This record gives sequence, structure tokens and C-alpha cells, in this order.
Amino acid sequence: MPAQPPDDMPVSGPEGARDLDRYAEDSLESGLAVAQGNLYFSAVEVGGEGQRRRGRKLGLGAWLAIGWMVFIVLFSVLAQLGVLPLKSPTESFAACARLGPFAKEGTAPGHLLGCDSNGRDMIARLAYGGWSSLFVATGAVLFGLVFGGVLGMLAGFFGGKVDTVLTSLFNVFLAIPAVVLALALVAFLQGASSASGSGGTNVDPKLLLILAIGIVSIPLLGRITRASALTWSQREFVLAARAQGAKPLRIMIREVLPNVIPAMMSIALLAIAIAIVAEGTLSILGVGVKPPTPSWGNIIGLDRGKIKESPHIVFLPALLIFLTVLSLNFLGDVVRARLDVRESAV
Amino acid sequence: MTMPAVSPAAAETAAEPMLEVTDLTTHFETPRGIVRAVDGVSFTLDRGKTLGVVGESGSGKTVLSRSIMGLLPKRGTIREGSVRFDGTEIADLSAKEMRAYWGARLSMIFQDPMTSLNPVMKIGKQITESIRQHLDVDKKYANELAENLLRSVRIPEPEQRMKEYPHQLSGGMRQRVCIAVALACGPTLLFADEPTTALDVTVQAQVLDLMAQQQRERFMAIVLITHDLGVVAGRADEIAVMYAGRIVEKAPTSVLFTDMKMPYTEALLSSIPKLEQPSHTRLATIPGRPPNLVNPPKGCKFAPRCAYAQDRCLEEDPPLLPGSQPGHEYRCWFPVGTPEGIDALARNRANADAATGSPVPGAAGGAA
Repeated sequence: MPAQPPDDMPVSGPEGARDLDRYAEDSLESGLAVAQGNLYFSAVEVGGEGQRRRGRKLGLGAWLAIGWMVFIVLFSVLAQLGVLPLKSPTESFAACARLGPFAKEGTAPGHLLGCDSNGRDMIARLAYGGWSSLFVATGAVLFGLVFGGVLGMLAGFFGGKVDTVLTSLFNVFLAIPAVVLALALVAFLQGASSASGSGGTNVDPKLLLILAIGIVSIPLLGRITRASALTWSQREFVLAARAQGAKPLRIMIREVLPNVIPAMMSIALLAIAIAIVAEGTLSILGVGVKPPTPSWGNIIGLDRGKIKESPHIVFLPALLIFLTVLSLNFLGDVVRARLDVRESAV
Repeated sequence: MTMPAVSPAAAETAAEPMLEVTDLTTHFETPRGIVRAVDGVSFTLDRGKTLGVVGESGSGKTVLSRSIMGLLPKRGTIREGSVRFDGTEIADLSAKEMRAYWGARLSMIFQDPMTSLNPVMKIGKQITESIRQHLDVDKKYANELAENLLRSVRIPEPEQRMKEYPHQLSGGMRQRVCIAVALACGPTLLFADEPTTALDVTVQAQVLDLMAQQQRERFMAIVLITHDLGVVAGRADEIAVMYAGRIVEKAPTSVLFTDMKMPYTEALLSSIPKLEQPSHTRLATIPGRPPNLVNPPKGCKFAPRCAYAQDRCLEEDPPLLPGSQPGHEYRCWFPVGTPEGIDALARNRANADAATGSPVPGAAGGAA
């Protein structure tokens, strides 16, 4: 039965209906309802003003976190692009070795934050190291988001056996200590790439790290995605879409996924923070970014023995990791809080 | 008969009703045991007619509609019986085969317009999705169709609304959008699952009027599910009262309201507050709660709460008995208004208690 063309259907309703619609329009135009997202609530919610403002405005902490992230990303990306007037991160100034702002032997002239034990400029190493750390962490989380996201969506949306199998798989992987798993993966991947790369091609060790940390992050991101997909899949509009004859894959991608993505974004920020720390851990253990290429982790790892005489070599990258992870965690919370507001309004 | 003149089309389909549900049973497997949510329901529905399904929460109304549409999850659901739609048996079709029916021929409106629209998809998109799924039309034509649909459900400035998100509309407007979505592909049978429960009373009437108008224009059958007898009173051709997963009384609307036989129907009706009563009159209630659907009572399912209940009601489950008027069926050993029923009620009043221990209104002992 084809749809009847409803061209000639009566347009005007009874007066009552029109008045009501007019009212709805007016309050929409005044912007009252748009803010909270719900007409009925906007009229009732007198005490909700403060809450609404908190939902809309970012606090000082959030601005500081955004500011720090913008600064650190610009600092490392511009350094990598060669735009910043920095010294080379691999060039040694032997006379300045281990000298710096807090070093016992004195400060290094011309190097604002001093040099590491090989006499390499700390500012340059921190900038280029920032690039390594952020690149590896972001890449790993993107990798984890894609695979963990797909698996989590499948588990949460289809449920049943698919869910049982995937969730147990996630649980098995989560039960293996993350560092041990990452170490094993790096070792395995290095072996595999050097075996296949004997023909001349050499895989960037950063890509191996991305792969290793990414794989470790799959169960974590997958479980979060699954939980969110599970709740959204049980919503009535999903049943409504089914009752309209939409195919499961279409429902999953068009109806459920757009609602799950905000949750994935908020966890992604936290995951990047975790991945930065993970990269640092692996570097300290000697399987991270290969020296002389700096990363925040391997700067600490290389000179961790000099912490007494030249604490700046260890503390400066640690400080950057600390501030970056703190900012990311904070932003993750901000994103989540704002999404909660949106959800309650819908 | 109080029915309006039968139109030729209706007479034609009278031979084979559009929807014929026979002995439909839907049980759920749960850790507590098997829940008999729908237990042997039969009815027929012709094109252009409205069947009102009335019952308390948990009486199986919603499960019945979803079971007929085949929308229940396969896991843990035991579904038996026959559903014939337009001469085709659709009860055993797979989800894949049902997709040709869903939206195009069978459609559904849900209770809560706040949750039955996707919060992150524009109104226009939500309507054109199913149009493009079922009809072979291009995007532009689908958009025009959607706009006309929105206009026909009386949404002002439809071209503007198409670009808005559900949260920008009021509850009544959202339910109109839901109706537009459900009607997009011209279904011949529409299930409306408590379509006005979440709405203001003033908006309720508008939405029901709109559904009636669309029904007339499209010559569509509607199964109107509600817990509110007032909603179906003026709008349904026939009413089925459900209790514990079964139809306990079914009759043409006028017959049901004038000549009810089932004490449950009577109790439902008397629980509606009346205008002529003084204010602060205590509302009549039905004592007790709906029965446990895992372990339903042995005899009549309503007996534990019934003012008419006798010993027989606890032992024997009454079958669907024909009433005096055509199309009237009920399940009761001591029907309201019959000598047996009057007798049973009088006996219970004298004993100040029903045989089952449920309080009897107006009893000598002053129970309830």
C-alpha cells in the first residue's frame, strides 16, 4: 500500500490547538526554552537558574585546563614543525651537562631550563618530547576508540551471545596487568616488525607503541561504549525505529551511535591521560620511544639516576605530565558533567 | 445495533477481518519462573475501526500490542497462537520478513513522546528515514512528504520544525511528530500504546481528535491501548477489558457501558470520579493488586479482589461466555446485573466478606 499523498489535507486546526502552538512558539523565540531544552520545565524551574548557569558557563578550573592543553599542544606541535626558535633536542652542549635551574653545580648559560646529563637543551627536549608523548597517546586512544568502540557497540546493541563473548574477552584482557600486557605486546610487535622489516623498511617505534597501548586500551574503551550503547539501545526511540522497519545496522549507526559518541568523547580525554602515563611507564622501562628521540617518559627514564644532583631533568617532564594529565582528567569530567545536564533535559 | 451505517468497503472486508488474532499467548522466561503476560487473547478488527484495550498496569496491554506486531525480543519469549493480517499469517514471520510490514502496514505510537524520538536527530530526518526505507522516492520528495505530514498533524511552520531537534518542541508537539512518523508510510493498522498518558489533559483531547481525523482520512484501523476508560469511551467502536493477560470482557462500546457483565469492568468504571459528587468524596478503588503473573490464582484471576466472588470462582476458571447482545463476551460465573450476580453480591454483603476474603463495598460489616 503506497503512502497517500497528503497534499490536500486540512491545514488549520481548531483554535485551541493554534493558541497552544502560538504559546509554544513565543516561549521558544524568547529563548527561555532553548536554554534548558524543555518547554514545560522552563516554566516551572524557578530555582533551576543557578544550576542552568553552572551548566552553561565553564569554571576557572576548566579554563585553566583548556589553556594548559592549548599551550602544551601548540608548544609541541610548533616545535615539531620547526617554527619555534629552539635548539636541537639531540645536540650536546658538553659544558652544560646536568646544569639547570635547580642543579647543585649551577645553571647553564643560554639554556633557560638547563640541560640533561648529555648536555642537551631541556626546553627543546621537553617540546619535542611532548610531541612524542601526545602523538603516541592520542594515536593509541584513537586506535582503541575505533576497535573498542565497534566491539562495544556490537556488544551493547545486540546483547545476548555477542555480548557474553565480547564482555568475557574484555574481562580477560582487563585481568592481565596493563603494563605487563603492553610490555609483551611491544616486545612481540618489535620482533614481528624487525623480522618482516629485514628487507629494509623500518617501522617507526612510535607506531609500535601506538599499537601496543591502543590494544591495551580496547577493553577499557569497549566496556564504556558497551555500557552506554546498552542503555541507549533500550530507549523507546530505538523500538520506535524498529517498529518503522529500520534495519538493525541502520538503527545501530543512525540511532544509537550518535547518542553514544558523547560518552566516548569524555572517556577518550581520560584515556589520553592514561595513555600518556602508560607511554611514560614504558619509556622508563626502556621499551618506549627510542632515544635519542625524546619523549616525556624517556627523558625521565634516561636520567632517573641523576635525580639528586640535577632534579630538574626528572621533575620538569614529570611536571608537564602531571599538569597535562590533570587537565585532561578535569576536562573529561567537565565534558561528562555537561552531557549529564543535556541528558536530563531531553 | 447502534453502529453507523456499514460502508461498502467495510462490508467487503467483513468476510475476512483485516486483523484476526487467535489464541495469542506470550510468556516470558524469567528467573522467577514463566510470566504469563498474554494468555490466550483472541479478537478481530476491521479496517477503519477502533478497538480500545483497557486494563490496569501490568495487565498485558503493552505486551499484547508488541506481540501482535512481533516487536518483542526473541530471547526468553514464548509466543504462540495466530495473528492473521490481511489474510497472511504474520505470527511466525522472522524479523527480516516483518520489516516489510513494520512502518509500511503496521505502525505504532508510544506512550512517552519524550523518549520515543531520537534526541540527537532532527525532526525532519526522523520522518524521512522511514519514508526512504519503504518508498522508492528521492530525498527531495521525501522532504516534501514529511513537511506535508507535519502540516497534516497540525504543526505550525513545518519547514522550520523539520530542522529542529525534539527537545525544542513541547510534549504535545512531540507526540504529533510521533504520529507523523508513524503515519509516514500509510499504515493500515496503527497501535497507539497509551498515546496521551504523558500529555496534559487539554493536549490529550487534541491528540486523540487528530488520530481520529487521520483514521477517517486513511481508513485505518486503530488499536487504542489505555488505562483510562474515559479516553476510549467516545472513540472506540469496541472495547476489550484486559486483566492478568486475558480479555475478561469485550463488547461494542455502547454495550459495555450500559450492560457490563464483568465485575472488574464495573469496578473500573466506578473508580472514575463523577462530576455530580461533592468534592472530597473518597474515590472508589479496587482492593488488592493485580495477580502475580508467574503463579496466577487457580480459578478466576480476578476473584481475590472481586466483591461478587463465591467459592466456585476460586476453583473454576470461567471461560469467555457470550452476552445477550452480539459481539459481547465476558468471563464471569456471577455476572453483574444477572440474578446470579445480584444474589452473589447480596450474599457477600450479608457475610461482610467475599468468599475470597476481599472486602465488599457496602457490606454490613463495614469493610472498606
